[in-house]
Amino acid sequence: MAPAVEFRVTRYDPAADEQPRLVSYEVEVAAADRVLDGLEYIKRRLDPSVAFRRSCAHGVCGSDALVINGTVRLACKTLLQDLEPPLLVEPLATFPVIRDLVVDLTSFFEATRRVRPWLEAGEPIPEREFLQTPAELTAFAEGTKCILCASCVTACPVVKRGTPYIGPAAVVQGHRFVNDSRDVGAEARLRILAAADGAGACENFFECTKVCPRGILVTKRINEIKAMLQAGGYVKGDAADG
Amino acid sequence: MTFARHDYDAVIVGAGGAGLFAALELGRAGAKAAVLSKLYAVRSHTGAAQGGICAALGNREPDKPLWHMFDTVKGGDYLVDQDAAEIMCEEAPGVVFDLEHMGVPFNRTDDGKIDQRPFGGHTRNFGEAPVRRACYAADRTGAMILHTLYQQCLRAGVEFYDEFFVTDLAFAGETVAGVVAHDVRAGELHSFRAPAVALATGGWGRLFRVTSNAYANTGDGAALALRAGIPLQDMEFYQFHPTGLHGLGILVSEAARGEGGILRNDAGERFMERYAPRLLDLAPRDMVSRAVYQELQTGRGLGGADYVGLDLTHLDAEVLDKKIPEITDFARIYLGVEPKEEMIPVAPTAHYAMGGVPTTVDGEVTRDEEATVVPGLYAAGEVACVSVHGANRLGTNSLLDILVFGRRVGRAIAEFVRGGKGPAWPAEALEGRREKVARWRDTAGGPAVAELRADMQEAMEAGVSVYRTAESTAAAREAVGGLLTAYGDVGVGDAAAAFSTELLEAFEVGNLLALAYVTAASAHRRTESRGAHSREDFAARDDARWLNHTLCYLRDGELEFRAKPVTITRFEPKPREY
Ligand SMILES: Cc1cc2nc3c(=O)[nH]c(=O)nc-3n(C[C@H](O)[C@H](O)[C@H](O)COP(=O)(O)OP(=O)(O)OC[C@H]3O[C@@H](n4cnc5c(N)ncnc54)[C@H](O)[C@@H]3O)c2cc1C
Ligand code: SF4
Ligand code: FES
Repeated sequence: MAPAVEFRVTRYDPAADEQPRLVSYEVEVAAADRVLDGLEYIKRRLDPSVAFRRSCAHGVCGSDALVINGTVRLACKTLLQDLEPPLLVEPLATFPVIRDLVVDLTSFFEATRRVRPWLEAGEPIPEREFLQTPAELTAFAEGTKCILCASCVTACPVVKRGTPYIGPAAVVQGHRFVNDSRDVGAEARLRILAAADGAGACENFFECTKVCPRGILVTKRINEIKAMLQAGGYVKGDAADG
Repeated sequence: MTFARHDYDAVIVGAGGAGLFAALELGRAGAKAAVLSKLYAVRSHTGAAQGGICAALGNREPDKPLWHMFDTVKGGDYLVDQDAAEIMCEEAPGVVFDLEHMGVPFNRTDDGKIDQRPFGGHTRNFGEAPVRRACYAADRTGAMILHTLYQQCLRAGVEFYDEFFVTDLAFAGETVAGVVAHDVRAGELHSFRAPAVALATGGWGRLFRVTSNAYANTGDGAALALRAGIPLQDMEFYQFHPTGLHGLGILVSEAARGEGGILRNDAGERFMERYAPRLLDLAPRDMVSRAVYQELQTGRGLGGADYVGLDLTHLDAEVLDKKIPEITDFARIYLGVEPKEEMIPVAPTAHYAMGGVPTTVDGEVTRDEEATVVPGLYAAGEVACVSVHGANRLGTNSLLDILVFGRRVGRAIAEFVRGGKGPAWPAEALEGRREKVARWRDTAGGPAVAELRADMQEAMEAGVSVYRTAESTAAAREAVGGLLTAYGDVGVGDAAAAFSTELLEAFEVGNLLALAYVTAASAHRRTESRGAHSREDFAARDDARWLNHTLCYLRDGELEFRAKPVTITRFEPKPREY
């Protein structure tokens, strides 16, 4: 028999339960299993009613960010062998729960949409490609790695505390576009990020950077935006640190 | 009982590259379109595409759409419809420039142009040597295209219904009237009335146990068409990619070989020298997968195990870090292998459906060998079979296919819906689905969804894998047929309405079973070897008898086959050597 690991999973059906409860499962695991494999095991062998999101199963689609043993991670990119059992698996804390491990991400997607996350290409549009040097690409490339998993938002102490803040992911989106040599929409975006709940709400806790499964230096990018806001006269006060 | 009802000019089912480009075109044309997707758009599997999208831009060396077309036709073992392939290769540069103007962060040459790299089966001057044709954004090209299209759809005001699972197509007679969709979050059915519906639901790698495909890749759109009496085309041609991470199936893109990676067996031999002396590791996938399979069959896997090695150790660290950073990370995370120091253990993984819902070059779905159009129904992307890939798809041709034909479908629908509102909503469409869901939920003791899926995957892996025989395909067909019957009594072990993933899986398994049945039966019927369909008992290609497309119908449990002619315009079939 394969070794068993105890999973303690948040269960919650809003139509039936007053509040979330933890249910314990014995999961048989293989050496290189991911947390997601454990959840699949529960669903297939022990209780088909447990609900969680997942799709790609290798860390590229952003579906399965969960709080695992107290830390936000992608279940499909976290190996069981790297964690201390028993496993505590909970939904992303800063969002309303729809059911079990599934949260309502409406506010997350709304926040990222506020920064106008689309390229506004300058006229004239060339017949072939815009020319862009490798260095110009590097200036914004990191932000394009974001998979909109919402890990950073859930990990952010400012968000957790309830201070109005557009959130790290939205600032990363803004960073990606204002630094793209093809884009002419920077001003509108920076205005939005200059608001009281914009980039300035970040207090440099670095929790976003720690949890980002894509290795984006989130805090650094936020501080670059803060510096642009200063330099462009969008906000007043001392230069941002970091 | 009341239901939420919606009225649109067009409903796009699926928010991958194909669906989003169609929606964007409709948005640009000012039509009222809704995109329904069982996943949030940015979770679609287009986001997993790594290696690139090809177009004869000629940025690194001379190239021509005609060479690209030849490679596509030859790569597809001459089962390609050449009119469609010509359109695709001609429109390729325009689509890539369109994407670049929308914001895709392509890697660049030093002088600022889109960089290009070699990929399997893409050659210069009709097969002379590999050519640099694949445009790429590191090894996350698909994610960049998906996000960019999504962003531009938001900008254009396209309406999204995220986490809406389409369960049925609605017809008034032969004409499309709209779709029925299950709102996953609330657990309620909705009707969407529209004169035009486009299927853009992607592939069905989940037919198999080891696959590069996401959990969501269950072929729902193809199954919807099949249930509506529309045949599926060329389902026996399913591509196995030679380099999936051992045991997991997670893809290691051909880009790794495009950048210089080499496949080796236990003796350290570059075995592709024996199978494809000219293109070596960059031969088309069907050939490389067979080569790997044969190495494994003859005990030449690494350490005698069931995988070979993908050797990247001789490449510059900078190439690994800049051009294929994600796939080298997959090897580290999931197998604990450092690609700079050791070979990556790889084996074939179920990857791509060449077959699917038959369409015209404008994405209109057709219902027979004369290509009679189903009014109002369209398909694009992996779910569709135009057919530009024939018996075997070349790498980087799928992103191209989904975008060229996604865009064409958007344009065709914009034209079509000027014609009016379409038929009234047929009330029975929704009632039937509601009763079925209620029955599933009441069923105790029926077969479990998870068991049906596991048994199906086992049968398909045993019978319809890289190599097939009359016996193996017949056994798979019988086994899956039995599971299809059992599915009639399936029980859903989840009573809650909100976000019932078990209910979704019940829908999905039904769809997979139908596709598995048609795939096994189509593979059984075709007594030749062509492209990805390799029959051990009929090892040669047989143009006299089989240079035609398979159409397979499944009506009331009965299979019916027809042959549809292949369109040949420029390139007469020749033996396929590399
Ligand atoms: C790992 C991997 C790497 C690849 N790399 C490359 C590459 O480098 N180059 C290349 O050319 N090709 C590549 N391919 C192939 C290519 O990525 C796919 O064929 C292509 O992205 C499919 O796009 P699509 O738009 O048809 O479908 P998808 O992107 O799969 O989207 C399907 C959409 O349909 C929705 N959907 C499905 N069923 C339903 C339903 N019942 N109701 C509502 N919505 C539904 C889903 O939510 C999703 O939005 C790769 C494939 C894989 C698996
Ligand atoms: S920045 Fe990182 S953690 Fe935040 S949403 Fe993007 S990928 Fe996730
Ligand atoms: S399932 Fe896609 S990121 Fe984990």
